[in-house]
Amino acid sequence: MTAPNHSWRNFKNAFMQTLACVCAILVVTPLLLVFYHLIREGFSSINLAFFTQLPKPEGETGGGMGNAIVGTFVLLAQAAVIGVPVGVLGGVFLSEYGGTKLNWAIRFAADILNGVPSINWGIVIYGLMVESHLPGYSALAGGVVLGMMMIPLVMRTTEEVLQLVPGGYREAALALGIAKWKTIVQIVIRTALKGIVTGVLLAMARVAGETAPLMFTAFGNQHWTHNLTEPISALPLQIFTYAIGPYNDQHRQAWAGALVLLLLVLSINIGVRFLTRDRFQQKA
Amino acid sequence: MPTDPNNSAAALTVRGLSVFFGDRAAVKNVSIDITAKAVTAIIGPSGCGKSTFLRAINRMHELNPDARMEGEIKLFDEDIYSRTVQSVTVRRRIGMVFQKSNPFPTMSIFENVTVGLRLNGIRDRKILAERTEESLRMAALWDEVKDRLNAPAVSLSGGQQQRLCIARALAVQPEVLLMDEPASALDPLATAKIEDLIVSLKKDYTIVIVTHNMQQAARASDFTAFFYLGELVEFGPTTKIFTNPAQKRTEDYVTGRFG
Repeated sequence: MTAPNHSWRNFKNAFMQTLACVCAILVVTPLLLVFYHLIREGFSSINLAFFTQLPKPEGETGGGMGNAIVGTFVLLAQAAVIGVPVGVLGGVFLSEYGGTKLNWAIRFAADILNGVPSINWGIVIYGLMVESHLPGYSALAGGVVLGMMMIPLVMRTTEEVLQLVPGGYREAALALGIAKWKTIVQIVIRTALKGIVTGVLLAMARVAGETAPLMFTAFGNQHWTHNLTEPISALPLQIFTYAIGPYNDQHRQAWAGALVLLLLVLSINIGVRFLTRDRFQQKA
Repeated sequence: MPTDPNNSAAALTVRGLSVFFGDRAAVKNVSIDITAKAVTAIIGPSGCGKSTFLRAINRMHELNPDARMEGEIKLFDEDIYSRTVQSVTVRRRIGMVFQKSNPFPTMSIFENVTVGLRLNGIRDRKILAERTEESLRMAALWDEVKDRLNAPAVSLSGGQQQRLCIARALAVQPEVLLMDEPASALDPLATAKIEDLIVSLKKDYTIVIVTHNMQQAARASDFTAFFYLGELVEFGPTTKIFTNPAQKRTEDYVTGRFG
């Protein structure tokens, strides 16, 4: 090649490649930093007591976040009970039924809801369930707020994965004289099931770390909650309480709590990876 | 108005059929008698309305919300567009095989063949097993898959997948089988198998096949209808359409002068 700008072009290419590579590394660095920091500060405080015991009274050392860990799972379970059926069926409606204009409006509303800051969700549920004492600060209110946040997330991902199911499968089923709802449930949803489960899990991972809306609703406490109408603790709430507390032992436990929360979210993400491993392998 | 040329029993009687998508007429005033237990081929250039015509026969065009039809289609004297007839019932009696093979990817070979029965409430294992063997034999696939009925359907080759789709359509025991270019995505060997299959199926079924392949229409069909710009130009015994067509446009098309 005798192009006059040969070396200049090579230089430009190498420069852009390096720039892109540096940016890619910048994306990964925060994750590594977060991990490094949490493990360094929190790992030594993780022991059996951390998972099984209640927080000790202020100033005493020891104890754990058992109630907060259980509380996070209780809140997530309630959120799933609300968010999964409504979100999945809403996604089915968007993908399989409805007029174009109505769908456009619903989709637009869901996208706006997905962008609503989580503290706004908290204030709304505070107004609806806490101020009205129906039932006041409670696990129920916390579950509802997380569930409401899940609905638009699950709805949009469900719609998207249902749209990925080739139309030929719907036609084949309908041409066999299978009713439309059976076609949707047995053929379309079944084909897209992994994608739907993935969307649900990612939505749960997303709301698992929410703190602000829980301050207005679940409120948090320092003991075991036996009734959904009472306040309940959650990992992010307990981390927040301890992080701004005055004692070193609280800070220590806050780090440990943050590490456990990150590992929880990470394990959901890894579970999703595992689920989606051969997702497109079968695509005809 | 062209009708059944040899006056034997008509499985489908179509009168004045027009299909519109919005304002555009894809099929214009078509009347035709489809002979029972024979193969009728529908030929014509792309966009001539032959697929739309086929889909109107089992009301599949209704999946398109803009579609609208006029005219009448009778299946053995029963109006399939009557207000009391549901599209689901029509499609159980008039099956369809598509251009692109579409076995359900989450299901095994057995589950694919029996899906139409199972989702319509048939649970008896014995009936399902019998119907599976019967349908796969008719689709000339039994010997190739009898030892791996529980293997995923997508593990089959392209030609096998299309024959599986034919078996799946046959398992619900329709009276008419519509085929929309069933071999156009297959290699010549697999195509030949599908054609043999079509010829052998006409003992029991009324078959309507849309094809782009002139040789296929000539080899496999008893009657041929030539569509052009949404109209039925000519309809008659296949030998006559290919050797001595009445219309100039038909002759031009079958001899490859246009289309």
